[in-house]
Amino acid sequence: MARYFTEDHEWIDVDGDTATVGITDYAQGQLGDIVFVELPDAGAKVAKGKDAAVVESVKAASDVYAPITGEVTEGNPALEDDPALVNSDPEDGGWFFKLTIADTGELDGLMDEAAYKSFCDGL
Amino acid sequence: MSAPNASGWKPGIPTAGDTPAGPATATGNRALMLEEPLIFELAGNDTTGVDMPEPDNAAPNRLGGRERSAPIGLPGLSEPETVRHYTRLSRQNYAIDLGLFPLGSCTMKHNPRLNEKVARMPGFLDCHPLTPTQSAQGALEVIHQLGEWLKTLTGMPAVAMSPKAGAHGELCGILAIRAALEARGDARKVILCPESAHGTNPATAAFAGYEVEDIPANANGRVDLAALEARLGPDVAGVMITNPNTCGLFEPDFRKIADAVHAAGGFVYCDGANFNAIVGRVRPGDLGVDAMHINLHKTFSTPHGGGGPGSGPVVFSEALAPYAPLPFVEQLGDGSFHLVEEETAGEHHAKSFGRMTAFNGQMGMFTRALTYILSHGADGLRQVAEDAVLNANYVLRSLEDVLHAPFAHSGPCMHEALFGDKNFTGGLSTLDLAKGLIDEGYHPMTMYFPLVVHGAMLVEPTETESKAALDQFIMALRSVAERANAGDPTLKTAPHFAPRRRLDETQAARKPLLAWSDPALV
Repeated sequence: MARYFTEDHEWIDVDGDTATVGITDYAQGQLGDIVFVELPDAGAKVAKGKDAAVVESVKAASDVYAPITGEVTEGNPALEDDPALVNSDPEDGGWFFKLTIADTGELDGLMDEAAYKSFCDGL
Repeated sequence: MSAPNASGWKPGIPTAGDTPAGPATATGNRALMLEEPLIFELAGNDTTGVDMPEPDNAAPNRLGGRERSAPIGLPGLSEPETVRHYTRLSRQNYAIDLGLFPLGSCTMKHNPRLNEKVARMPGFLDCHPLTPTQSAQGALEVIHQLGEWLKTLTGMPAVAMSPKAGAHGELCGILAIRAALEARGDARKVILCPESAHGTNPATAAFAGYEVEDIPANANGRVDLAALEARLGPDVAGVMITNPNTCGLFEPDFRKIADAVHAAGGFVYCDGANFNAIVGRVRPGDLGVDAMHINLHKTFSTPHGGGGPGSGPVVFSEALAPYAPLPFVEQLGDGSFHLVEEETAGEHHAKSFGRMTAFNGQMGMFTRALTYILSHGADGLRQVAEDAVLNANYVLRSLEDVLHAPFAHSGPCMHEALFGDKNFTGGLSTLDLAKGLIDEGYHPMTMYFPLVVHGAMLVEPTETESKAALDQFIMALRSVAERANAGDPTLKTAPHFAPRRRLDETQAARKPLLAWSDPALV
């Protein structure tokens, strides 16, 4: 399993042609306390770089973009009752949705952990 | 549910780190600072402010067994108790009538009392929207004359007066664009919104069925023209651009943007919420705008926020005018005014996309806005814009040495000054500064908007503040900013002197209590 990052602060864990998507620790820190998460339904088609979910904090509502094109298989049911999970455990238990990847070639150009860390350091 | 005010804090109770506040009082009140319970806690339901006659038992009961058998739980208060409750609450509120209200993007300017006097004239106030037009000529003339002013001030040939607020006006403009595209059989699906647009713009476009794509801002806080031009194509229905934008900056490339969008077959929507910064100086029609809403409640000083409804008339270019919504007020050859509605639209309004409101718009706002326009005159309106810009630049330049001002290098701002949280230390945030400003007796500025600036603080002083009032505000904001820069931990627990201390905004959003329930029954 490999983890990639986008410049919009999503992470994606890839395992064959399935993947799990969430937002990074840096992103949750910038957003502040998360109060609401809107997730795509199972079966929804998401396109790389397009809106896939919405995350709302006490400061602002923001779009979460799909790091890759695919079909959503599951949203994280835990976030419905406890959006604070995105703050407390953003890169594991606070995952947003899982999807079936349409084209793994789209992973080219995403950052690995080291590249993402230096990207954030430069912000 | 826990008991109301579970923390038990009352205005007189000092908390750790506060200056001693004197002896406790038996009531919890502190002189004129009154601790007021919720209306449900004030009284049971065994009193009432009105005398109701006993039901006439001889009359047949037609409720079919649905009559209430138990009290419905409304608080029972006498009239003086009710009046005092709301008057006491109002004393804990902040309003433009109490002081400078620096809420950026909201244009909290003074509402002249002359406007109120005219709006309360019985001929306007009591005119029912279904009054036959021959008996409502004065009201129709107000709508028509205000529309003519808006067309002249914007340099646009048509206006729809009925939209009820800014975002309603945006929807009106986008629906006109959609109707124009549909009329030529063009199925464009994308609306471009710059990062510096008002947040309602992408929401409006999405509501009207369009896909929304962001256009980035450049280092000067303006629309990145090259990025926008690169994205234009046969799928782009139009752009929605706020000018001046939410960074408080004028878009100098607007004409180039409009020309590029038109050349690509799209339309240009301008969010005119910030028209107050350019009224009398710039005509949006000259910039290539196809549709723009005007917030009467901002630019033309009608009360808003808690104090009244909005009103968002939309001006249209020649290209979109045929698609504007009904109803219209038209002046006939004999000088009388006539309402163009579905039955009377005839051929010259046959392309109208329909109707957005049951009636003709916010009449009370029309009378106020027209009063404001006529009492200022064209030269006065121009001075409104000039003074609004002057005041905002005075704030910007007076504070840029203590607050990070991300676009100050690019020249003057327009009607609002934008700051960021870069200089704060000790883990303090924009929220902490805002709470500190409450202790200084001011409503905070707009926070965390626009999103392009970290920890944004958007200050719009408006033109109705004197230099003395601005100096006082600048002194207060400077003091709080210096504390934030120094990492003063007492800011973390501000406000210290407000009727309530720091509220848990996260919990309020995550687990809101939206209805009162009797703690004795829970």
